[in-house]
Amino acid sequence: MKIDFNELTQRLQTLKANPYKIYPVTTPHTGKIVEFKVKEGMKVTGPTGKWLEKPGTPLFILEREKNLKVIRSIYNGIVENIRIELLNKFVEAQETILEIKHTLTQEEIISEILLSTLFVIKAPETARYILNPEIAKKIEKEGLGKVIVKEGTELLIMTFMKRETPIYLTEKGTFVLYRIYFKPFEIVQSNAPLIGLCPVEDLPYLERLIQKIKDEWPT
Amino acid sequence: MQIELHKAIRELLDTAEYIKDIKGQDFWGIGDLWNRIYEIYANFYDYPLEELKNYYETFKREIEQILLKAEQTLTPYEIVKIVRHPQRFTLLDILENVYDNYVELGGEGELNIDPAIICAKALLSRRVGDEIYFHQVMVIGHEKGHGEEFRRGGSATPWGNEKALRYMKMAETEGIPIHFFIFTPGAYPIEDYPGAAQQIARNLYYLSKIEVPTISFISEGGSGGAEAIGLTDFRLMAEKGYYSVISPEGAAAIEAKIPDGRPPRELIEKMAKALKLTAEDNLKLGTIDKIIPEPPLGARRKDFDFFKRLKFELIKATDQVVLQTRSMKLLRRYALSKQTTESFKYFVNWELSEDEKEILLENRWQKYRSMTQWAVLEPKSLIKSITQRSAKITQSIAYEFKYQVLKKGQKTFKKFLDELLSESSVLMKPVSDPVKSVYNLIVGKKIRPKVRALAEIDVESSVYQSPLALQDKTVTCPQADKYGCPDIWVPDLYGEFCGVCPTCGYHFPLEYNWYLNNIFDRDSVKFFNQELSSSNPLNFEGYAEKLKQARKETGLNSALLSFEAKIGGISLVAIMLVADFRQGTVGVAEGEKFIRAIELAKLTRRPFLSLVHTTGGIRIHEGTLGVVQMPRCTMAVRDYVDSGGLYIVVYDNNSYAGPVASFLGSAPYQFALKSTRLGFAGPRVILETTGQPVPPDYHSVENALKRGHIQGIWDRRELRKRLFFALLTMGGPNLYYR
Repeated sequence: MKIDFNELTQRLQTLKANPYKIYPVTTPHTGKIVEFKVKEGMKVTGPTGKWLEKPGTPLFILEREKNLKVIRSIYNGIVENIRIELLNKFVEAQETILEIKHTLTQEEIISEILLSTLFVIKAPETARYILNPEIAKKIEKEGLGKVIVKEGTELLIMTFMKRETPIYLTEKGTFVLYRIYFKPFEIVQSNAPLIGLCPVEDLPYLERLIQKIKDEWPT
Repeated sequence: MQIELHKAIRELLDTAEYIKDIKGQDFWGIGDLWNRIYEIYANFYDYPLEELKNYYETFKREIEQILLKAEQTLTPYEIVKIVRHPQRFTLLDILENVYDNYVELGGEGELNIDPAIICAKALLSRRVGDEIYFHQVMVIGHEKGHGEEFRRGGSATPWGNEKALRYMKMAETEGIPIHFFIFTPGAYPIEDYPGAAQQIARNLYYLSKIEVPTISFISEGGSGGAEAIGLTDFRLMAEKGYYSVISPEGAAAIEAKIPDGRPPRELIEKMAKALKLTAEDNLKLGTIDKIIPEPPLGARRKDFDFFKRLKFELIKATDQVVLQTRSMKLLRRYALSKQTTESFKYFVNWELSEDEKEILLENRWQKYRSMTQWAVLEPKSLIKSITQRSAKITQSIAYEFKYQVLKKGQKTFKKFLDELLSESSVLMKPVSDPVKSVYNLIVGKKIRPKVRALAEIDVESSVYQSPLALQDKTVTCPQADKYGCPDIWVPDLYGEFCGVCPTCGYHFPLEYNWYLNNIFDRDSVKFFNQELSSSNPLNFEGYAEKLKQARKETGLNSALLSFEAKIGGISLVAIMLVADFRQGTVGVAEGEKFIRAIELAKLTRRPFLSLVHTTGGIRIHEGTLGVVQMPRCTMAVRDYVDSGGLYIVVYDNNSYAGPVASFLGSAPYQFALKSTRLGFAGPRVILETTGQPVPPDYHSVENALKRGHIQGIWDRRELRKRLFFALLTMGGPNLYYR
């Protein structure tokens, strides 16, 4: 397991040239577009509030069988490529009506880079997870990014209905524990990331990279 | 001498400030007077003593004059301000000055189960001639505190009310009277266990048959919070107190239809007048029994004369309640009326015998049964009333005979027969078994069905079509984002699907006629007391027109329908609160109809069902007359359940506030349909009171179930079946005819 530096630099460069993510908004079903609620270049927001109880900005109204359905934004961003010509026209299901250009923030870029470069251990089952107590103690003492683990180390304990199963590191080589994605004793869905490991020899480079992103990207 | 004068001037300054707070800066130059007093007070030691004395005398005279003028021009809203003022007496002042000794229970000060509720065991002395007697009493009440934040202004939390209930039970065990002191702007509207509405309902339910004399004293009676400890045998009220269904600010916000911003000051003052919340008004309305006079502009912490008077009135009220249960009461009642505040002429033992307890409960029931009855609008003709009354008497005799005499004899005989049969079967078994097996061998065993269906119910083939189903269109389920529900065609939704999304089970609201036609057996619904109608007892401005409009729109006379019906052949009495009529709010007419319906169920030994289409609480336009429907109806529920009835409540759509905190919430069996919202106060009121927003699913039926408010969540599509089996299994012959 080695990090491909060339690819990473290339990706960073493309991201830098175009630090956006484009989310297409499609119709959920066939129907007629009755009204556009937004214009090209307008800022829209996704659901907000403590419990995401306030719905996002309305984008357009789709009608089928006299049922006016308001399609709302679920992302923050700017409206682009809006197909005004579809107004009062019949559209098929899953047809892209407009796009929302979402500017990536510094944290989003870092987490994206890390998710693709780190060796991520995913949850095998929907269960509660805790770190191996010894490792947890070490992390408490030394901090993240310092603790070294090897093949065969018991990393995590999966606990479900009081039944405990240890999870070992199966990858060859020595790694540094770099990220923890879960909270102890909280239910983690299966296949969600648990921890991210970085090969020891790549650590200085990765740290430099992150520092670079932090310096170059506006917060 | 100098120190005393300094103190006296300080008191004048306090009084001036008090008047300023209540009547405003400009009232007869009070602001100016305050400045002058403060000037002297601040530079007290610069003046010679003689001059100070002169100043003191002039200030005192001026203040007394202003006080008199203030008293003459007192408005209802100013009374509300008096009650909320930090200088007003609180329960702790009463405990110090009225009672001789007390022990606080359930915590003191900040170290408390709930600092807004104080429970204390206290001694109350009575001087008869030269002798002094001590009475033990339980004192329970709200503590506003003199500006302490942790008391929350006397708003009791659900667990605070539970604490009150615990010590009520203790007083009942010990057989000592309870004195309740109500100083609350309203209950703290959070749903955490045991739940605001639920706990108030439980308190009311318990208080309705508590077997000790109970006296309450109201200084600030804020709706449901006050009722939680307010169902008593004798209700005293402070002259400058208020007792209301809602705070004037709340009423103004509703009336002005501005849920967020602050309503204008004039509207608040107008509401305070319209709500008829003063002691005098409440005495006229019959919701309280006696007013205790206060000094001009209300009693404050150091008005010792007032405390003396209060002590006298408390003893007298308790005496009166106790004496009403005794046979030799005429003479002592006469003596009671001649009592002076100085000393009593006799001693009354406040302990009750078993017979007297029964009379006490009967008196309490009669008191609340007759309360507010004058405000019900009922078209009366002499012949009709006579025939009705005679029919009621014959009915009552017939049912008594049927259930008490015949059924009891039958039951005993059946029990005896059952016993005999099971005994004989055991006895005969060794003899009959070998014979049986030989018989089986020859003839072949007869297979008998082992499980027999308890009963079966047909699903009514739909004859009623909801007018909502007539549109030719589709609708989107509100939970479509979460569950991916496809659009639903309206005629399907309101026809076959009973207004339920087939994918996620979301319940769309339906009109009340749907329930009447689809839940009960065809043509079995028979309404009664339909002519009983809401009136405008407080002459609330604009209310008569609103009522008229509601009547015109719905064709109903009140928000509560009472009817006899059948489900799968089981006859029952039911009520339904209807959203269409003023949001299903409860007023005098609704309360009276409820009580009459449940009385009918008790008389005819039938199960009782409350179907809640929607209820928005107590109708504010009927003021405290509406509030006392809470204790009235809860007493009727208690009476019915104690006599062996089965009371089931089913909630749908939205159910909030007063009714949930009384006659609905006190039901032993409560169920709710899915997507119901259930609670004490709405999210906006909670945010305003606690400063914390609540999650969107705070009032959801799932959370109500988790908090133990309801016993189960039902689906509307099988409501008829569920109700049928509930009546059959939870009721059964044993329950109604106990």
